[in-house]
Amino acid sequence: MPIVVRDHGFKREELNESNFVDLEDARKSDKESLAVELPNCEDPQSVKPLFPKIEIIRIKFPNFGDGRGFSLAGKLRELGYAGRLRAAGYVISDQYAIARRSGFDEVEIDEALAARQPETQWISKSKWKAHFYQDRLVKVNPDSVG
Amino acid sequence: MYRYSEFDELFVRRRVEEFRDQVQRRLSGSLTEDEFKPLRLKNGLYLQLHAYMLRVAIPYGTLDARQMRQLAFIADNWDKGFGHFTTRQNVQFNWPKLADVPEILEALADVGMHAIQTSGNCIRNVTADHFAGAAADEISDPRPTAELLRQWSTDHPEFQYLPRKFKIAVSGSPRDRAVTKAHDIGLRMVRNQRGEPGYEVLIGGGLGRTPMIGATVREFLPENDLLAYVESILRVYNLHGRRDNKYKARLKILVHETGVDSLTHEIEDEFAERKKWFAGVDRELVANLKAAFEPPVFDLSRTRAFEDRKERDSDFRVWTDTNLSRHRCSAYAIATVSLKPIGGTPGDATANQMRVLADIAERLAHDEIRVSHEQNIIFPHIPKDKIPEAYDLLAAAGLHTSNFGLLSDIIACPGMDYCALATARSIPVAQDISRRFHDLGIERTIGEMKIKISGCINACGHHHVGHIGILGLERAGVENYQITLGGDATETAALGDRAGRGFSAEELLPALERLVAEYLRLRDSAGETFLEAYRRMGPEPFRAALYPEAKKLAA
Repeated sequence: MPIVVRDHGFKREELNESNFVDLEDARKSDKESLAVELPNCEDPQSVKPLFPKIEIIRIKFPNFGDGRGFSLAGKLRELGYAGRLRAAGYVISDQYAIARRSGFDEVEIDEALAARQPETQWISKSKWKAHFYQDRLVKVNPDSVG
Repeated sequence: MYRYSEFDELFVRRRVEEFRDQVQRRLSGSLTEDEFKPLRLKNGLYLQLHAYMLRVAIPYGTLDARQMRQLAFIADNWDKGFGHFTTRQNVQFNWPKLADVPEILEALADVGMHAIQTSGNCIRNVTADHFAGAAADEISDPRPTAELLRQWSTDHPEFQYLPRKFKIAVSGSPRDRAVTKAHDIGLRMVRNQRGEPGYEVLIGGGLGRTPMIGATVREFLPENDLLAYVESILRVYNLHGRRDNKYKARLKILVHETGVDSLTHEIEDEFAERKKWFAGVDRELVANLKAAFEPPVFDLSRTRAFEDRKERDSDFRVWTDTNLSRHRCSAYAIATVSLKPIGGTPGDATANQMRVLADIAERLAHDEIRVSHEQNIIFPHIPKDKIPEAYDLLAAAGLHTSNFGLLSDIIACPGMDYCALATARSIPVAQDISRRFHDLGIERTIGEMKIKISGCINACGHHHVGHIGILGLERAGVENYQITLGGDATETAALGDRAGRGFSAEELLPALERLVAEYLRLRDSAGETFLEAYRRMGPEPFRAALYPEAKKLAA
């Protein structure tokens, strides 16, 4: 069973793995509430038309050293995606704060990683709004997002 | 000078704690070696040939006496009593123990310093003109921009796991002393026709195994758009830079493979999107940064102390003629302290020397010190009246070598003496060259000459942009040195041309002697530098001097 990490710690995954569809199937689907999985090289513009129907987007991290997912998350948020955003795969606890700052709501890990990096190690990174240079420097135009 | 805000202070302290915890978690097995590696690199800890090496950032090369003394303290306490100043305005300690590193980082935090992002696949220490705020030819001080970029790039959530390292340099003068054309992003401060401040933006420069000169993507970027534009470049790079081969992962390769025009379009599209929500940088913060780098109040009174000493002391005169540069204020000079003693290790300073430099800065030179990418130390604001006293203190510490800009002012990477990547020695080669030409007594006759030496193709010694570049390789177990000619690191940047086959360590010095002798014979006047002569005549006469046997065969 995968584990979902949020600011308060671990919680059990409530979504069924089979709920997730790729972008192509999402386009064909007539469901009102979609769970979409994207590779980290997806073009975010191509996802934009589906935003109103998407409940959750899961971006895959094939390796913790591959940072494309952070930029993809940032771009989806800037394009106006307001639904749930999850980083899944190989993400380590030391990356939790930057994942949150990039626009992710949560991280999904497997049981082996959860055993090696238990909940306390993730909770220690959960104050992601503190010590955040970029938030301090850059002023955002509140009317323009999306 | 910029002083840490409460925020900066808390940030570096928290970062030290985080790293202490990461070291513990590595030891307990929570982090694998692979996972720990990028984390330690982002905190400046690098694994060298013999031991760990800690690379400390000296942002835009600026530090004060208190900080320099702390570097001396670290060198004495946790290293072998010296530090090595690098081509990216960092200082490296070559012998720290892993367990001591959090404590060293704590000692750095005590004086407003850190080792954050001095290594790893992230935005590295932002460098700037080492004469910033002092040079007579400056348009604008690049350091407020560099400090803004330092803060912005520190722990930037999107750009901590880039395809490869990413280097930014800023220059505020038409004379480019920051090698902006050999950086992933080079920023040159300019003004548009209405006199408004902004930047010329260059991307995709870099040395290494595939050297490239940066290309201009924006002739004029308004000052307020800087962060939005730089973020756009970084985002395009993070999403599209190659990750399949670390040797093809730098931005320069993306520029090369995509084409400048097409990549410029992508960057501009991204920038147009970003501009919609980017309402600018906090104004108060920018104003504070500019205020922090206001020049000191200059004392314009003058006596004849400087001229008198020059008249009666020829060693002093030679040093001042060689190592002083023109300051914006005529009662002052910019003094370069050479860390290239004849036969010494380029860039090394002992703890005692660091303390002497700190004392001079504090007592005589407005408490400011700079580190240059050419591995020298600079007093950017020294009153001419105080120079005789400063010179005596330097001389007593062996820091009075009169060779700034001359042949023995060599840039060299650590090479096989320290580096795990090196394929040849570079420090001993620099030492031999420096000794030999010093003994010949012709350095001053030769005039301006930049020799740059790298001990492997990664080119940390910048050999591609040396007037004479030397690249040490290994051929069948034997060191072999290739020579490039005509490189240039300034605003007229150029990559050197490979001269021909490499030389063995024994052949190298005689070859360089032939080369220099031929230049002296061929130059049209004593004022024509080696680089000018090379540009005028092309490589052929110089190749002929390097390879006389080829001429014999042809005859």
